[in-house]
Formats: sequence, C-alpha cells, structure tokens
Amino acid sequence: MSVFATTFSDALALLATFDHAVAEIVLLSLQVSGGAVVLGTLIGLPLGACIAVGRFPGKTTLSVLINGLMGLPSVVVGVVVYLLLSRSGPFGSFGLLYTPVAMIIAQTLLVIPLMAAIARQVVEDVWQRYAEELALMRFSWWDSVTTLLYDCRHSLVVAVLAGLGRAMSEVGAVMIVGGNIDRATRVMTTAIALETSKGDLPLAIALGLMLIVIILVLNALAFALRHWAMRRFG
Amino acid sequence: MAIFPLRISGLRFRPNGREVLAGIDLELGDEGITLVLGPNGAGKSVLLRAICGLVEASGGSMAWGDEGARRPEQGVMMVFQRPMMLRASVLYNVALGLKPLGLRADERRRRALAMLERVGLADRAADSARHLSGGEQQRLGLARAWLTKPRLLLLDEPTASLDPSASAEVERIIREIRTDGTRILMVTHNLAQATRLGDDIVFVSGGRVCEHTAVREFFSRPRSEEARLFIQGELPWKMRFQGA
Repeated sequence: MSVFATTFSDALALLATFDHAVAEIVLLSLQVSGGAVVLGTLIGLPLGACIAVGRFPGKTTLSVLINGLMGLPSVVVGVVVYLLLSRSGPFGSFGLLYTPVAMIIAQTLLVIPLMAAIARQVVEDVWQRYAEELALMRFSWWDSVTTLLYDCRHSLVVAVLAGLGRAMSEVGAVMIVGGNIDRATRVMTTAIALETSKGDLPLAIALGLMLIVIILVLNALAFALRHWAMRRFG
Repeated sequence: MAIFPLRISGLRFRPNGREVLAGIDLELGDEGITLVLGPNGAGKSVLLRAICGLVEASGGSMAWGDEGARRPEQGVMMVFQRPMMLRASVLYNVALGLKPLGLRADERRRRALAMLERVGLADRAADSARHLSGGEQQRLGLARAWLTKPRLLLLDEPTASLDPSASAEVERIIREIRTDGTRILMVTHNLAQATRLGDDIVFVSGGRVCEHTAVREFFSRPRSEEARLFIQGELPWKMRFQGA
C-alpha cells in the first residue's frame, strides 16, 4: 500500500476512535471561528450596508479599500494584533495574548472586510431599486440600512459563509496571537501545521478531513436554509 | 401646513441636454382625481417624480399651498408601476409605511391589518408579498401609501399590464382613497379608465401641458391637435413621422 493510502486509512481509523484531545481541538476551533463570524456579522454586514446606502465624500475610495482588504494576509493581521496585545502594546494590560480571545479578535479583523464587501455589493443592488420609495416614505438613513439588511438576509448568508470559510481555514494569524498552545489555543489549522511538521501525517489528515466535513455541513445547512427562505419569501 | 393649491410654473427638467419637461404649467386644487394622459416619452412619469421631489427640476417653480412653500414637509406619496416588495409577509410590507412614524410595533400591526381589510388582502396577510399576483401587489402598494394618509397621492400607471378584474379592483381602491380625502394625480394610458375614474385630464405632449380640462370636455371637444390625434390613436405615428 502506498504511503498516501496508508496515511489516509490511519487518519480514518483515528477519526473512528475520535479521542478526547481531537474533540477539544475541534470544539475550540468552532468556538474561535464561530465567535469571529458572529462579531464579523454584527460589524461587517451593517458596515457594508452603510457604505452602500450612504452618500459621503470618499465613498468610492472606501469601497475600493474594503474590497482590497478582502485579501488581507492573515499573518499581517496576526502581527498587528500581536503588537496591540503584547505586554508593551496599547492593550497589553488586558493579558489577552495567547488566549482564544486574541484569536477571535484576529479572525474578526480578517472576516470583517470580506463580509462588508459582499454586503455592500448585495445591498447596493437592492438599494438602487428601492431608494426612491424609501425616500418617499421618509425613511431615515439608518431605517433604510436595517430594512435593506432584512430584505437581503437570504443573500447575505453567502457573506456569512464566506466569513466562516475564511475564519476556519485561516492559520497564520491564530498561530501568531494564539501560540498554538496545547489544550489552550490549539485549533485545527494550527494542529494540522504542527502535526505535519512533526511527521504525524495521519493526525494532520484526520484533522483536515474533519475541517472539511464541518465546513461542508455548515454550507449545506446554510444552503438548505436559503433555499427554504427563497421559496417561502420569493 | 396646507399643500393645496399646488401651482407649477414653467417646470423644466433637462438631463444631459435632453428636454424631458419643457415648461410645465399646472394648478391642482385640493380634491378629485386628475389623470395625466399623453404619448410615451411625453414626460408624464417625470412630472410625477418632479412633483414628489425625486428629480430636481432644472428650472421653473412649484408653490405649495397659499404660503407658496417650495416643497411640502409631508403628505405627498407615490405608488410606482411596480411597487417595492420586500422579501417578507404582506403585513410586514404594508406596515413598513408606518416605520418612520415611530409607532409601537403592535400599533403598526393593528393599523396595517385594518388597511389590508380595506384593500381586500386581509386573508393574505401572512403570505409572502412576492407571491402575490400583479394586481394584488399593486393593491399592497396602494395600501402602504394610503396608510400614511397622504394629502396628495401620485400614481404611475397603477393598472398597467393588469387584467380587467384586477384593474377594476385597483380602481375601486383609488376611488375609496379619494373619498377618504386624498387628492390623486394619476398617469394612465387607458382612455376608458380615464373616463371612468377621472374628474379632469392633464394632457402632456413633448414635455408640455397641452390642455387641462374636465374629462367629458377632453373627449368630446379636445382643444389641442395633439390631444385630438392621441384620442384617435394617431399621435405616436404622426410624431414618429415628423421625427418629433
């Protein structure tokens, strides 16, 4: 049997046993990425909608900037957050470095531009169709933002999924600010990187498979929800 | 603040050098249904948009009420040919009109339900607005506008592409809105509808008001040549032939 096939069969055997350490890593990954996506949704979607609806100088520049930041390198975010949270940094006194909170902060900064850029595009398309009627009804700027976000909620699932995908697959930032500490800040991506460097390929593959399955299941759920909602509300 | 009479003088709208409104003169009193007729591209819809402030006129003036205010504080609403339908229930879409008023959610819901009764959509309150037929969507649009108790309601071809029974239902609601004290200015291409619904007619051609008369007079003795040709169904051909 080739090394490839052996590694995979060992990985599947590991998944079948699903030991406690692996479960902890998976759970922490979900907590960190889930927390980042929740924060990203609360900040990124309204931010994108505000840019879409607002009329202000520099709107085009801001839109280009947000689009550009979608490809922000995660290690750069990691270093910046590291500097901010390190003992000598402005937020050093909170003692957040090498904690899951630091990892959530870093991932949130990564997903906000992505979610905001998608939300801006989705909301802007609808805004162009509804702007006149909302203006006639004397909707305030904020009322327009909340109404459009509500109307686009099914399409914005794509933004949330994109954010989730980015957060769960990200390794550079969480490695820097989390430190990949066993049973403290080790998540699936950092564990995969570590096990690969140690040569424990079956565990790395097992974690990778689990990561893929989690992302696929969440995407399938979101797809089903969106499909149901589109049929229900048109 | 009273918004009538509305006096429009020399209203012009000239986007990118193309004259869409070429000096509209019009006066509207405080009651009745005025129908705006005219060929395609005459400037009818733009006139409605200019009145409600959606387009900024290039020239001329509008004076609202005896005080001659340049624009009304409130009380003007417009229903478009295809009203906005949010991905939500019929009830939500109607109650949306009350959102800026700062009313409590239960009060908005109560008023919206009462309005749905009046337009015959109460049994569809929980359905998705996007699943309504064209006629029902137009009734929803009217209900949303009516709920805000406008003094002037502008309607842009509300029965375009509706079948006769759906049109009749929309016309019934328009009459009720008028009876409720709302002044109506409505664009239509349907001459039979004009005779059924209108008190007076504003005939627009080439961005100008060619005549403003009572309905019966308009159809029996049109004053302008354009109106006469329009009633006979010949104006679009003549205009094209002349390159107008």
